[in-house]
Amino acid sequence: MEAQTAAPAVNSKISVKDLSFYYGKFRALKAINLDIPENKVTAFIGPSGCGKSTLLRTFNRMYELYPEQRAEGEILLDGKDLLTSTQDVALLRARIGMVFQKPTPFPMSIYDNIAFGVRLFENLGPTDMDDRVEWALRQAALWGEVRDKLAQSGAGLSGGQQQRLCIARCIAIKPEVLLLDEPCSALDPISTGRIEELIAELKKDYTVVIVTHNMQQAARVSDYTAYMYLGDLVEVGPTERVFFKPQRRETEDYITGRFG
Amino acid sequence: MSAAMGGTGERLMQASDRNSQRERKFAHRKRVNKVALALSLAAMVFGVFWLVWILWETVRLGVAGLTWVTLTQMTPAPNETGGLANAIYGSFLMVTLATLVGTPVGIMAGVYLAEYNPKGWLGSLTRFVNDILLSAPSIVVGLFVYAVLVARYKTFSGWAGAAALALIVIPIVIRTTENMLLLVPAGLREAAYALGAPKWKVVSSITLRAARAGVVTGVLLAIARISGETAPLLFTALSNQFWTSNLAQPMASLPVTIFKFAMSPYENWQQLAWAGVFLITLAVLGLNILARALTRSQT
Repeated sequence: MEAQTAAPAVNSKISVKDLSFYYGKFRALKAINLDIPENKVTAFIGPSGCGKSTLLRTFNRMYELYPEQRAEGEILLDGKDLLTSTQDVALLRARIGMVFQKPTPFPMSIYDNIAFGVRLFENLGPTDMDDRVEWALRQAALWGEVRDKLAQSGAGLSGGQQQRLCIARCIAIKPEVLLLDEPCSALDPISTGRIEELIAELKKDYTVVIVTHNMQQAARVSDYTAYMYLGDLVEVGPTERVFFKPQRRETEDYITGRFG
Repeated sequence: MSAAMGGTGERLMQASDRNSQRERKFAHRKRVNKVALALSLAAMVFGVFWLVWILWETVRLGVAGLTWVTLTQMTPAPNETGGLANAIYGSFLMVTLATLVGTPVGIMAGVYLAEYNPKGWLGSLTRFVNDILLSAPSIVVGLFVYAVLVARYKTFSGWAGAAALALIVIPIVIRTTENMLLLVPAGLREAAYALGAPKWKVVSSITLRAARAGVVTGVLLAIARISGETAPLLFTALSNQFWTSNLAQPMASLPVTIFKFAMSPYENWQQLAWAGVFLITLAVLGLNILARALTRSQT
């Protein structure tokens, strides 16, 4: 498939070049070419098993936890290939944060949930750490709800609060890119609305990539949309164009609900 | 069903037929249910009956022998007054030492099996050997330590006793640690790695912490197990009439003292044996309750 550029006008933060991905012998991504524009929200949509989460998990090399998975091709972050063995994975993950489908608070206090990641990369004094925790929780629109119970366990929060805690935890180490893997699929509509508002706020400072099953959500939160099917990137472009004037027949079928 | 029947009538007949058939089937199911319930109740009563009897006898015969003297004086000669202080202290020393040695080894091996090498050949081999060790009779462990330590240094000793007990602790802790770590959801691990945490940090701060209550429970159950073990101590620490903290000497322990005293013809020894049984039962019960409380507080 020829290279598709989402946004020629803006800087691309991440450029995917000829990326293929294998689960053992199964080829889950087929020579993907894609640019993720800086300080925008890019949504990956497509039916289950199309490879959208797989693609997302190559950006922070999450797949390396599983020996039978491997990626071929290039992924450029600010022009430098992040798949090379010389790229340190921990440092990469400090620059590219990830929030998962299910909220995963660590078994520790709300404060330590945030401080855990920060301590990995920085030596902050107690006051600076307090400031950082507050800043991250404010960014994630959670500060008001937890300011009086920072010492309590993160597991005691509601699902939506837990997910915002995970976003705060991710932001606290000041990444450049946020990967959101179906962040709202386990949440009720009100919590989902909160997180969507939060995403709109976050794109001022971060490049956001979101995988979602919910097409309305993609339409609401994203600037660019990529439609994937069976490991191929079918179409990518400004969200409005992809939703209202899709250039490919398959995209139109999926978006109008005739398929998928 | 007669073909001459009208359409609606036929359908009605069929419906009532079906209902009575269902009722018959349901009545049958109810009977089966009652029988199953009665059988499982009987099994429960059978088990509880013996357990309560054991506990009752322990309390009845043990409480009588349990006085201040029992806790403060040394094991006596036949038909003289005395207590179990040296045996209690010896048990405490050896169990503590075995736990202090066995727990870190067990936890680290369990971490290796669950986090570092769940599928490799070394992991599988370790798991297999550990399973054998776990189910090996404790007398085998006792004889092994006898051959390796007691025979070589020509003396029974507290060290040998603690070593035998540690060998019993290790497989129990390995097994529970591995199982508890495997229960930690993969998402939690991934989330920690996604922050850029190195593996040792993920294991020590996230997964082990998430599995903490389960791991501690395993350790407590191991302590409960070894505090009642007789065979491994009989061949290793043997016994001692006197109070000693010297682990290079033979050392008294509750189980071995109970064994010796209960087999004797002397009445005061028998009474002390019962008091010892009562003490061990109490300690094991306490540890089990603590373990339960911990697992519950986690969920």
